Amino acid sequence: MQSVQSPRSILAVAMACLLAVSAAAADLTVSAAASLTNAFQELGPAFERANPGTKVLLNFGASGALLQQISKGAPVDVFASADQETMDQAQNQRLVQADTRRNFVSNTLVVIVPAASTLTPLTLADLAHPAYQRITIGLPASVPVGRYTKIVLERAGLWPAIEPKMIGAQTVRQALDYTARSEVDAGFVYATDALLLPGKVRVALVVPTPIPVLYPIAPVSASANLAAAQRFIAFIQSPQAQLVLARFGFGKP
Amino acid sequence: MEAAWVPLLLTLKVALWATGLNLLLGVGAGFVMARWRFPGRELVDAALTLPMVMPPTVLGYYLLVLIGSHGPLGAWLKQQFGIQLIFSWQAAVIAATVVAFPLVFKASRAAFETVEPQLEQAARVLGISEAGVFFRISLPLAWRGILAGLLLAFARATGEFGATLMVAGSIPGKTQTLSIAVYEAVQAGQDHTANFLVAVTAVTCMAVLLAAGWLVPGRVAQQA
Repeated sequence: MQSVQSPRSILAVAMACLLAVSAAAADLTVSAAASLTNAFQELGPAFERANPGTKVLLNFGASGALLQQISKGAPVDVFASADQETMDQAQNQRLVQADTRRNFVSNTLVVIVPAASTLTPLTLADLAHPAYQRITIGLPASVPVGRYTKIVLERAGLWPAIEPKMIGAQTVRQALDYTARSEVDAGFVYATDALLLPGKVRVALVVPTPIPVLYPIAPVSASANLAAAQRFIAFIQSPQAQLVLARFGFGKP
Repeated sequence: MEAAWVPLLLTLKVALWATGLNLLLGVGAGFVMARWRFPGRELVDAALTLPMVMPPTVLGYYLLVLIGSHGPLGAWLKQQFGIQLIFSWQAAVIAATVVAFPLVFKASRAAFETVEPQLEQAARVLGISEAGVFFRISLPLAWRGILAGLLLAFARATGEFGATLMVAGSIPGKTQTLSIAVYEAVQAGQDHTANFLVAVTAVTCMAVLLAAGWLVPGRVAQQA
């Protein structure tokens, strides 16, 4: 096994990698809330077709986690969060451009149960019943759907009863997965997430939220590609993109 | 910041259990592989080493499928005993044990292979039982190498993240280990908590390394 490479060839490979990264100036990096995953995976290529030469790189995660990445200097061009609070924090830290911030879709909070479950809550208070041992909720500190859920449960006076049963999820999609695998008795997700796995989960309750679930989108101030970022935001609001978003169950803002 | 003690103690509990289980499983497998010749031995060796080279998320997925409520093992446990492993600290132990297993297995096999078979033969001639040969000859002679493997396994189990998060989740006080608590604090932008937790982790790791140096003085290197 004499496959020792010369330092020079290793250096050459390293340089090539660096150049490959820096040559990607026409890339547009979009950090989007996890609940937007499927819709944006379709909208990214659609934007590329309309804007030849621009490559859309999609980065999904909990809105709070995406905000932390941007605040630590991640090279992101567009930020789409699942709640106003996360975007407000970004705006207060001057991480995004406030004047072109737009709300582009709305969503609904729902309670789902595994499709095969014999338990179906008829009210939120039913979830406090001992029959429901594990309930998955996005972590309120970083996941918007968890924050909406906590607010609703606190107003209903149910948070102290339900918090001990909470299985924290890192993103809304993890909450969906836990429920689909029957590892929990119920879960709080968005209506659009529940639509993705119709055979595995069913919606038991539609939960009205005191704050509407409105998704904002804005260009990141530090973007090196602001013109393309603005074009992407305009595209998301176009009738063509709104049609795709509606197909995935998102409502009008 | 009392809150750091909870994930720290949980991490130590999980890592100690994983190391203890590997003392049985890893050393046992290492001994069998060092002493038994059978067709496909190297294939079995490769399969047993797999958890060390596979990404933790792949292992996490395998475990989720195996011990999840719909999995063959998980469904059986749930039906027979009403046990649900997912989201329990025991699930974290299983993940850490599987991930750290090859470190003990590999070190044990190598250590047993350095033990002179003549010494074992001599003991048998003198009328010592097979169990006696193992515990009085083979194990004491291989012990230093095994201990080094166990310490590495403990360190690996302490830092386990990916597979643990997938099967045990992140429940504060129940399954939230140090590495997961750090991840969560960073995700939520709680830099003060993160700073404190990483400092606790660094001090713990230093303590483990110093203990390792004190428990295994130099002779491992000579023997290897």
